[in-house]
Amino acid sequence: MPVLHKVGTGKSKQATNVNTQPKAPVAKGAKAAGKKKDEEEATDTAEGEEWMPGKTLVKPPDQLDLTEEELKEEITRVLTANNPNAPQNVVRYGFKEGCYKPIVFVDQMAIHFEIEGNLVHKESDEGRRLMAEQVIREDGAGDEKLENLAKAGKKERKLTNQFNFNERASQTLNNPPRDISCQTEPPPRANFSATANQWEIYDFYVEELKRREKSKEKQEGQFLNKEEDKSKKKMIQAETQSDDISLLAHAAKIIERMVNQNIFDEVAQDFMYFEDASDEFRGEKGTLLPLWKFQYDKTKGLCVTALCWNHKYNDLFAVGLGSYEFNQEERGMLLFYTLKNSSYPEFVFNTASGVMCVDIHEQLSYLVAVGLHDGCVAVYNLKKKSDQPIYNSIACSGKHRGAVMQVKWQKDDLDSNHNFFSVSADGRVVSWTLVKHELVFTDIIKLPAMEKVPDDFKDVIATAGTSLDFHKQKDHHFLAGTEAGKIYKGSKHYSSKFLETYDAHFMTVSRVRWNPFHPNVFISCSWDWMVKIWDHTIKSPIFTFELKTSVTDVAWAPYSSTVFAAVTTDGKVHVFDLSVNKYEALCQQKVVSKKTRLLHIEFNPVHPIIIVGDDRGHVISLKLSPNLRKKPKEKKGQELPKGPEVEIAKMEQLLSSLR
Amino acid sequence: MSGLKFAEVEDTLKRIQGYNGVIGTIVVNGEGIPIRTTLDNSTTVQYVGLLHQLILKARSTVRDIDPQNDLTFLRIRSKKHEIIVAPDKEFLMIVIQNPAE
Repeated sequence: MPVLHKVGTGKSKQATNVNTQPKAPVAKGAKAAGKKKDEEEATDTAEGEEWMPGKTLVKPPDQLDLTEEELKEEITRVLTANNPNAPQNVVRYGFKEGCYKPIVFVDQMAIHFEIEGNLVHKESDEGRRLMAEQVIREDGAGDEKLENLAKAGKKERKLTNQFNFNERASQTLNNPPRDISCQTEPPPRANFSATANQWEIYDFYVEELKRREKSKEKQEGQFLNKEEDKSKKKMIQAETQSDDISLLAHAAKIIERMVNQNIFDEVAQDFMYFEDASDEFRGEKGTLLPLWKFQYDKTKGLCVTALCWNHKYNDLFAVGLGSYEFNQEERGMLLFYTLKNSSYPEFVFNTASGVMCVDIHEQLSYLVAVGLHDGCVAVYNLKKKSDQPIYNSIACSGKHRGAVMQVKWQKDDLDSNHNFFSVSADGRVVSWTLVKHELVFTDIIKLPAMEKVPDDFKDVIATAGTSLDFHKQKDHHFLAGTEAGKIYKGSKHYSSKFLETYDAHFMTVSRVRWNPFHPNVFISCSWDWMVKIWDHTIKSPIFTFELKTSVTDVAWAPYSSTVFAAVTTDGKVHVFDLSVNKYEALCQQKVVSKKTRLLHIEFNPVHPIIIVGDDRGHVISLKLSPNLRKKPKEKKGQELPKGPEVEIAKMEQLLSSLR
Repeated sequence: MSGLKFAEVEDTLKRIQGYNGVIGTIVVNGEGIPIRTTLDNSTTVQYVGLLHQLILKARSTVRDIDPQNDLTFLRIRSKKHEIIVAPDKEFLMIVIQNPAE
């Protein structure tokens, strides 16, 4: 609190006690009293000093030395109540004007000392509270506590004041955490990966089915199956132990065929697709295109004695190898080739004696009947892997005494046994039946002896049968050609006599065959250079063709009733089509090198190819050109009728034209 | 019986190798290890390693489409030659051939 002093004069000689601020009025009084005392003391001292001999003024050493004039000078001192430390030029930014403005009134208060007091007004809340507490404290020592508590409780209730927040917390003792871990040995791991494809699922189901079936079988026939299983187990063990590549047989076969296909690619293409376009310009004539040549090096010295196509698998054919010479060493082979592999035969069977004829069963294409040079007949089962025939007539009493020239399968007899016929050089036509494990023979008929033979020797000198053929529709009719040149028509039912005799040729009849379509027609060929076509009701031939050399074989085409082909010893193949040209062959082509004789010919039942066998043991396949495969021209507007009836009609037409 | 078959297969293999244009034949067992080969080792290993996977893929493809079907053979014809692969139940046979010109 500034106390405004009047402007006053004061000499400042020894300014030691200048009180500028007396604060409390209480203090003022005391100080005033003190002043008086000082003055009194001063006078006292002054009085005391008067009697002392001269008071000397003591000068402090650093006092200014001033002259008398300077001493007398009056210095004006102004005392203001302004705070010397307060700022004089405070400037404040005024937002209204946007500039700094000086502030005139500056706070002049200088605070020298500050202390907060602890006096509380007794009427205020806090004052009342404190007074209450004081009372409690004074009474607290001996009084009853209940009363106090009640009072305190009443008064204490008000303590829940949001401004008077009390936080209490206490910390419990935390147990120090401890990590305990243990590691087990890791379980053994294996990497497993698999695929789940549709086929894997399928395979699994198939196996499951098999297992179930096996278990069923086991239940049904335990005894036998146990033995089987044992043997199977042994087999399986043997297979898995060895790295046996015999399982590779199938794959190796496929590969061989493919390699062959690659090597003979052109041939395969020709076989499938080539049609000789030049046939159009050739008029009627046709050609034969050589395709594959089938050879096997072990056939040296053997001739092809028989050819037979398989009816079920149209690319498979059988080749019988033997010898026509009687003085050569006896050995023979039966080979099976497929068009898919011309380098090596599919099946090879070695026979003790030369094979003279082969026939494959029409329905059961795995049954092959073979007639041998020594008079035996044998039946092979191609499904079996063995080299031996399943039936052999060596042990039979009724076996032929001469070479078996022709065998032919027949339909199953009434007991559903397979049976086949054979004709041989001993003149007998015998029927063989496959009964269980045996061949049972039945003499059908004996070819009549030749007239030239004197009666005494008729039983001894047999008429060698050279060919045999059964009628396609009337099964019991058959034709037998003989060495003498006669053809006999017989029936299975008559065992003593023949139905008909034809004086066909001057020399050995090498082949007789019924026409596949027309029921009355058959063809025969012989070493006397002739090919003759007959109607079995007429004793003389309808057609006669003379080829320049011995005709060794003749065959009808399976696709037309008027087409046939013949092979001769000069290596030529002659193809005729009677509906086109009745006098001449459409094709006369030499297919082998000189000095090789062609011995057999067969048409493929499906494909337009023929196979010819020669005397070197080789088989050549040839493709027939379109001219040789002509179908009757279709008349405009009419649909081309199909089927065997057409063929029959065609033939009939021919025949009627001649009568 | 198996001995007879074994001899036949050996014969067939020899014949195949002898055919016109055949460069080499390899027989691989079920684990992908060549057990018979007419080529040198490095070439064999290379062929086997590459073809094995291809055959598995091809077979899987064929069987996936129809599980009753199965791969008979695979033919890869390139400019220079033709690779013929025939898988079997346990084996694989590879033939490299120069197709006849």
